Amino acid sequence: MAQASVTEARQSSWWHRNQQQLTPWLFLAPGILFFLFYVIFPIFQSFNLSLYEWDGLGQAEYVGLYNYEELYWDDAFYTSLKNNVIWLLLYLAAIPAGLFIALFLNQTVTGIRLYKSLFFFPFVISQVVVGLVFTWFYDPTFGILNVLLGAVGLPPINVLGDENWVTVGIIVAGLWPQTAYCMILYLTGLNAVDPEQIEAGRLDGAKGWRMLWYIIVPQLRPATFIAFVVTIIGALRSFDLISVMTNGGPFGASRVLSFYMFEVALSEYGFRMGYGAAIAVVLFLIMLAFIAYFLWSMYKEERAR
Amino acid sequence: MFPTPIERTSRSWQVTYQALLPLALILWLLPLIAVAIFSVKPDADFANANYWGWPSSFEGFTNYALVFTGSDMPQYLLNSFKITIPTVIGAVALSCMTGFALGIYKFKANIWIFFMFVAGNFVPFQILMVPVRDLTLQMGLYNTITGLVLFHIAFQTGFCTLFMRNFIRALPFELIEAARVEGIAEWKIFWYVVLPLMKPAIAALSVLIFTFIWNDYFWAVVLTQGVESQPVTAGITSFNAQYRAAYHLMSAGSIVAALPPVAMFFLMQRHFIAGLTLGAVK
Repeated sequence: MAQASVTEARQSSWWHRNQQQLTPWLFLAPGILFFLFYVIFPIFQSFNLSLYEWDGLGQAEYVGLYNYEELYWDDAFYTSLKNNVIWLLLYLAAIPAGLFIALFLNQTVTGIRLYKSLFFFPFVISQVVVGLVFTWFYDPTFGILNVLLGAVGLPPINVLGDENWVTVGIIVAGLWPQTAYCMILYLTGLNAVDPEQIEAGRLDGAKGWRMLWYIIVPQLRPATFIAFVVTIIGALRSFDLISVMTNGGPFGASRVLSFYMFEVALSEYGFRMGYGAAIAVVLFLIMLAFIAYFLWSMYKEERAR
Repeated sequence: MFPTPIERTSRSWQVTYQALLPLALILWLLPLIAVAIFSVKPDADFANANYWGWPSSFEGFTNYALVFTGSDMPQYLLNSFKITIPTVIGAVALSCMTGFALGIYKFKANIWIFFMFVAGNFVPFQILMVPVRDLTLQMGLYNTITGLVLFHIAFQTGFCTLFMRNFIRALPFELIEAARVEGIAEWKIFWYVVLPLMKPAIAALSVLIFTFIWNDYFWAVVLTQGVESQPVTAGITSFNAQYRAAYHLMSAGSIVAALPPVAMFFLMQRHFIAGLTLGAVK
């Protein structure tokens, strides 16, 4: 009896002495385990899988770098890659567009709060719904786009059926919510803009573009950084809109890597898990360049604290 | 429209601005207004090619009733709730703990664990797709709500940890030091000191994650199939296949599918926006 309580006391004092070292690990354990299991390990598994030919059911066959070699000769891969670049470039338009709307709404008139939240609306809605709506807009027989084109005397275009227009058409649909996102980031950023600097700039005779470029935009740097991060990631992750609006078509013209990977690995076109994994690895490496840059900026900031 | 406050501009510009606001809003929301109008039109309007005109009669009630009684929409909606709510609870709970550990304690691996969460959160879904699908299959959780929820919790923990850790970093550290001087156990500091201060962050994260998960489409397609477990985003696409040219039903269905996150946003607007910006800015 006495023995037990002594051990207990010893244990509790041991815990007492070490609890500051041990507590963080106890708190981290469930989160880390979950994350390792579902996110970190699968990344490596995908790398490994890309060296195999596997239909998802039977025996996987080791093929070395064959999948990558095949990728090198695959035209669809290059179409997807090219479209990824187009997505990256055009999607960035969400940043200036968001800034423009934020500046437009950055006033204190009655009801402006409601305006701001209504402008943010597109971001809250699922991309699946956004995709459906824009599909109707673009419809060659009744879409409002062609109604408008006809009104100004232009010939109709079948945006989603035309290889040259399809990617741009989908990106425009994606820009709608993404601009709303950037707008909110900038609206918050504008709250923190120092009115004294604006006054000082004004005294120096800065107005219009000069005021925007030299005084406002530099102060919005943190907002611009995040807008950049979320837009790049959004562009590279684009999947929902393509899947809903064109399913990669016509003739694969609107594929991007994320969609092509899905198509190869999980659709009626086949269950080539290894080949899909190889595509995913390429996409991952592209994204990794950006992720590394983001982490590096964060690291610098942490060090500066 | 510039940092010049509107009060300090000319009277005519003030009037112009007030007029421009609603005009710009209508243009901006035109896609949504179109769906809203589509959803109250009678079927006949589409047959008669009255797509973009005013509804010839108001059939909103019939259309929405049909969505709820004549389709699988109620089941999809229920599934979405069953997926979204546990995910929000799970991810927020896990990240309160990881955020606390990473935000309060100094130890060597701290920043690297933090970066692991951040980096993992940015990863393209496709690199996880095949292994996660396979994992879910092997655990017998393919095509179950549980399977989807477990993955979502794990993945969202990345973003949530980033958010929580930054939030906790901004709390006054003196409070924790004072509690330690008092000899309060570490877990009690978490429970009685830090957690109550995290309420705004918890609210912000909850609405944000609710929206993210509700709107998820990719994982719904990869990890589930069929009415019994798919959420409303996947449901709406099969709805699309089922009612191909029934634009009025499709629109009503889309609006029903979009409503919960929209309602959430309006109820918790301030938290939502704080969440979006705080999570990232700091």
